[in-house]
Amino acid sequence: MITSKSRAFPWHIVVFLAPAAIVYTLFMTYPLLDSLRLSFFAIGPDNREYFVGLHNYFLLFTDSTYAPRFVGALKNNVVFFLVHMLVQNPIGLILAALLSSEGWGRKFYRTILFMPTVLSYVIIGFIWNLILSPLWGVTESILKAIGLGALFRPWLGLESTALVTISLISVWQFVGIPMVLFYAALIGIPEELVEAARVDGATGWQIFWRVKFPLILPTVGIVGILTFVGNFNAFDLIYTIKGALAGPNFATDIMGTLFYRTFFGQQLQLGNPTMGATIAAMMFLIILSGVLIYMFLWQRRIQTIEM
Amino acid sequence: MRSKVWILATVVSALAILLSACAKPTPAPTQPPAQQPTQPPAQPPAGEKVTLIIESWRNDDLPIWQDVIIPAFEKKYPNIHVIFSPTAPADYNGVLNSKLEAGTAGDLITCRPFDASLKLYEKGYLAPLNDLPGMENFTDFAKTAWSTDDMSVTFCVPMASVIHGFFYNKEAFDKLGLQEPVTWDEFYQVLDKIKADGTYIPLVMGTADMWEAATMGFQNIGPNYWKGEEGRLALIRGEAKFTDEPYIKTWQQLARWRDYLPPGFESVKYPDAQALFTLGKGAIYPTGSWEIALFEKQASFPLGIFKPPVEKAGDQCYISDHVDIALGMNAATKHPEEARIFLSWVASAEFADLYGNALPGFFPLHSTPVELKDPLAQEFVSWRNECKSTIRNSYHILSRGEPNLENELWRVSAAVINGTMTPEQAAQEIQAGLDKWYKPRP
Repeated sequence: MITSKSRAFPWHIVVFLAPAAIVYTLFMTYPLLDSLRLSFFAIGPDNREYFVGLHNYFLLFTDSTYAPRFVGALKNNVVFFLVHMLVQNPIGLILAALLSSEGWGRKFYRTILFMPTVLSYVIIGFIWNLILSPLWGVTESILKAIGLGALFRPWLGLESTALVTISLISVWQFVGIPMVLFYAALIGIPEELVEAARVDGATGWQIFWRVKFPLILPTVGIVGILTFVGNFNAFDLIYTIKGALAGPNFATDIMGTLFYRTFFGQQLQLGNPTMGATIAAMMFLIILSGVLIYMFLWQRRIQTIEM
Repeated sequence: MRSKVWILATVVSALAILLSACAKPTPAPTQPPAQQPTQPPAQPPAGEKVTLIIESWRNDDLPIWQDVIIPAFEKKYPNIHVIFSPTAPADYNGVLNSKLEAGTAGDLITCRPFDASLKLYEKGYLAPLNDLPGMENFTDFAKTAWSTDDMSVTFCVPMASVIHGFFYNKEAFDKLGLQEPVTWDEFYQVLDKIKADGTYIPLVMGTADMWEAATMGFQNIGPNYWKGEEGRLALIRGEAKFTDEPYIKTWQQLARWRDYLPPGFESVKYPDAQALFTLGKGAIYPTGSWEIALFEKQASFPLGIFKPPVEKAGDQCYISDHVDIALGMNAATKHPEEARIFLSWVASAEFADLYGNALPGFFPLHSTPVELKDPLAQEFVSWRNECKSTIRNSYHILSRGEPNLENELWRVSAAVINGTMTPEQAAQEIQAGLDKWYKPRP
């Protein structure tokens, strides 16, 4: 359909979009595409790149050097993610529910609980290394004081406990994020709905699960997907606490540390940018599929109630 | 509301794409701004100060470079300003590689021995230094670690080697009436006595950082089993395997250490162990000569050292006398003239004397013998007269493929001490990893 008056080309839209479009293209889209491109190449003995198709992926899935590391890192990453989903997010929800109800000192606790989130990974890693240290840490003395000294183990150093311990440290650090998101959603619920439920004789428990929780389901989804993306991109905390070899015996190796070690190298092992790019591409695919599942399966079914 | 959620989800997925795909930013340590001049200055006019940056993993040595070595150089060459900019040891190679790739590395590069630096030279990051004045001051043995396999090109100026051994707390030994152990039996008798007394932690080491287990454990005590160079070269020639008895025995010894280590040693890191020993809480500390300066400064008790134990008294002893550190030139430096001036000075006898005495425990490789003033350093060096020297077996040729032998040794040696892997398993995993890519050279 042609309008009778031909309007001038909307240049202002182009002008307004340009800064973001340029920055995103230059610093996000281009590196992403180039990284994906790199994963189809290998560097030959003459230091030049050769196209090898899917060979790097084939190596990653079948080679006796790469496959066990990739599978191990993926498994550990799933554990890392599950700990966050099952511990961090429920605690975040409980804290948000407590904070949004009547009570003393809410602002104070809101700030305190959010504080670790704004600290640097290096500080978090250092502090927890000290707290849990078998030599100078306070954990053992605290446990002894309450008669549980025999339970103390060097959790960060044992193959069986290191990953879960680091996951819990990360939960401690990031519990503030789901908390504020849930909190913001909860205080956005109109008071009338809660009052109406109360008039109908609902208990506090019923009000939370039957009225409030369904209303914050979109936020639950967002928190879930944020956790998923954050966890499959995680690297910093494990690197600060355990180093790039993610010891002991790869017990704390996740996709991020595997990528780092492969791409940048470690001690006498030189970096392998093309294999690194392949691992990065796998991380991208894993995260992308998670986000797609979220968008098509979860988000479409959620009824958003206009309030 | 719906559209908002949609927008948020879109933003989230955009973030996902960004975070996952683009390469993680290089963990760049704080660099002085001088390293990245906005404009590449052409040859500076005479009289203008040129700044050279040294990349290094020796962050423990920062004060000595700043207060002793660099001032001595700058006094002679007032137009050249030198900055020592170290990175944490475990991160050094990774950080350096990415800095070199990005073109932001310093002018002078501290070189790891053998394969790691050779690869940097092959990639064109290190400049050849054959014609550097002063290079003639080094023997071929010293230069091997930083030359091409055919010895045609040398790309780093050799600086120092380090010798492995055991430090002990003399006060503790005197109090308990103990003698320096010579054989393994004596070693465990000493440890048992210290343990029975209970005042001191018998053996101070942690496995959290893993490299201690390999470097201060495996490479420290192993040469006595695999007969130093003989065993190392046999591995390269394919005549020996890590599944052979000497290697299994080495790991068996490490596994025995478990009972004498500090509580919770699985999560004790290298600085923790250093602190534990210098605070006087431990008796014996397996390590190498590079600790002398730090320990003498921090420990309030007299220190002693003893060699890695042998099977029977009178056995030929072997020590790990590892050519460890050298200095090369970034091929992309903007000040090659000045960098070469500095390197020539590093190749001089004056530097060897300064370095060997400022950093006792780093033994200069200069052909003119340096008179060491530190008694512990003297004792370490005196072992060269009784024992045969060798280098760490994972550094030369055997670290050129994947899986990387050095990394694997870290991992399995720590696991053996932790008790999660048997010596036999460790041997099999190491040999399998090596067999995967290494074709022995006759």
